[in-house]
Amino acid sequence: MADMTDSIIDIRNLTKTFHTDDGDVEALHDVTLSLPRGGFTSIIGPSGCGKSTLLRIIGGLDTDYDGTALMNGEPIDGPGRDKGFVFQDHRLLPWFSVRDNIRFALPDDRKNDDDYIQEYIDLVGLTGFEKSLPKQLSGGMAQRVAIARALANRPKILLLDEPFGALDAITKIKLQDQLLRIWQAEHITMVIVTHDIDEAVYLGQTVVVMKPHPGEIKRVEHVDLGVPRKRVGEAFNRAKDAIYTEFFA
Amino acid sequence: MVEKVLTGLSTLRAGATDATVVRPDRAQTKSAVSTSTANRKRARSRSKMASGVGGWVLYLILPVVIVAAWALYGTFGGSQSYAMATPQQIVQATVEYAASGELWLNIAVSIARVLEGFLVALAAAAVLGVGAGVSHRFERAIDLIMQILRPIPGIAWIPLAIIWFGIGENSKVYIIFIGAFFPMFVNIVDGIKGIDKRYFELGEAYEIPKWRFIRQVVVPAALPQILTGIRLGLSGAWICVVAAEMIGATSGVGFMLSDGRSMSRPDVVILAMLIIGVIGKLMDDFVQWQRRRIVNWL
Repeated sequence: MADMTDSIIDIRNLTKTFHTDDGDVEALHDVTLSLPRGGFTSIIGPSGCGKSTLLRIIGGLDTDYDGTALMNGEPIDGPGRDKGFVFQDHRLLPWFSVRDNIRFALPDDRKNDDDYIQEYIDLVGLTGFEKSLPKQLSGGMAQRVAIARALANRPKILLLDEPFGALDAITKIKLQDQLLRIWQAEHITMVIVTHDIDEAVYLGQTVVVMKPHPGEIKRVEHVDLGVPRKRVGEAFNRAKDAIYTEFFA
Repeated sequence: MVEKVLTGLSTLRAGATDATVVRPDRAQTKSAVSTSTANRKRARSRSKMASGVGGWVLYLILPVVIVAAWALYGTFGGSQSYAMATPQQIVQATVEYAASGELWLNIAVSIARVLEGFLVALAAAAVLGVGAGVSHRFERAIDLIMQILRPIPGIAWIPLAIIWFGIGENSKVYIIFIGAFFPMFVNIVDGIKGIDKRYFELGEAYEIPKWRFIRQVVVPAALPQILTGIRLGLSGAWICVVAAEMIGATSGVGFMLSDGRSMSRPDVVILAMLIIGVIGKLMDDFVQWQRRRIVNWL
């Protein structure tokens, strides 16, 4: 019998080992985690804690592990359009315009619907840049195209792997707000992997703190910053302190 | 009073913050675009400087000085006319050969041979190169033989080509084929193998059908290097046609070269050499121009 709470992702006793020439490295050790449907979860931890590996397993990009990983009660056996993945690099195809990059990822019955594609260009605030090539975009704009490309496939869950890691602080803050706005408007489950504590606390209703060697979940923190969220004030600082303590304790 | 001013100030500041909250999004996008436009403008102005009047002077000054010095030496220095021609004599030879039609015929014959050998080589390199780029087993199976044949220059194939095909067209086309094939084969294989592996993950994540992936990702991703291979292949073909025509041909630019030697006419020899150089450069310019036009995303 499945959990009574409505969770979209259920991970139970998951262990992931990388086999290298220098021997086996346990990237994830006995991880158990459920993600609520429609929620926004942040996964944070230092490098080497397996947070990206965990996200890749949820996204079906890595299927070689011991344990159970379920989405809607079904084993995750590969990637697919129902699991939108935004990589750390925007990974746009440089020879395609913004519009064609989104078109490229769409299923056959949608790929010629320019009005549909336009909705998603508008959603991420890139109206007017439909014909621009990736080389003409800033890093933040390119990452927004990547988010639009993922969302246009109407995924049940959006997985973001340090999507704003390479951006400057101001752009990062703006994209975080935009992401929250999209999350509220589209009612989509979102999971973000980050090493930025402010970002984790600001975005996540649930913050999963991980530790390395081997990668394990150290603590799951619930954050309630209200709607709309605030980057300042007591609630934010309290949540941040709790995670800082986990990190440096 | 002071209070009123303070409230006024704070509303003003609130307004200002509001504006900065709303505006940066647009401002940032615009500035990102204007920066890249500015960069492009700067790049354009740099290329304008290189191709403007000053740029053309810089481009042409050295050849003009060399030809002028050569002409002066020929006129007053008194070199032997059977050993070295003056620029004036070369111009006369050009007029003579152009008027008789021989010049155009030789150029056309050589270019036709190059295109024939080059196109056959391109077809072969495309089939074998894509095969080896996609299939590791196929690459392994043909690798040793390719690596051993590759260092053998086109000229070294001339004796065998004549034994096999005689001194007719086929032996020439075969030698051109050898000269053009290997640079294209190697670059097609490397271009395909060098595709960023992260694109494959992207294709998986979005369930892109295989044929769409090859057409929209593999081919464009490998295209810059494939075009480099085509550029090298074409210049390889041009080098080989001259070599092939110097032996047992009755037309072509290479024939003009050896014919000039047997007539003891250095002006004809040098004219033929200049034609080889100029046409080689023009063909290279053409491929480079096409490459810039096709690969517009870099």
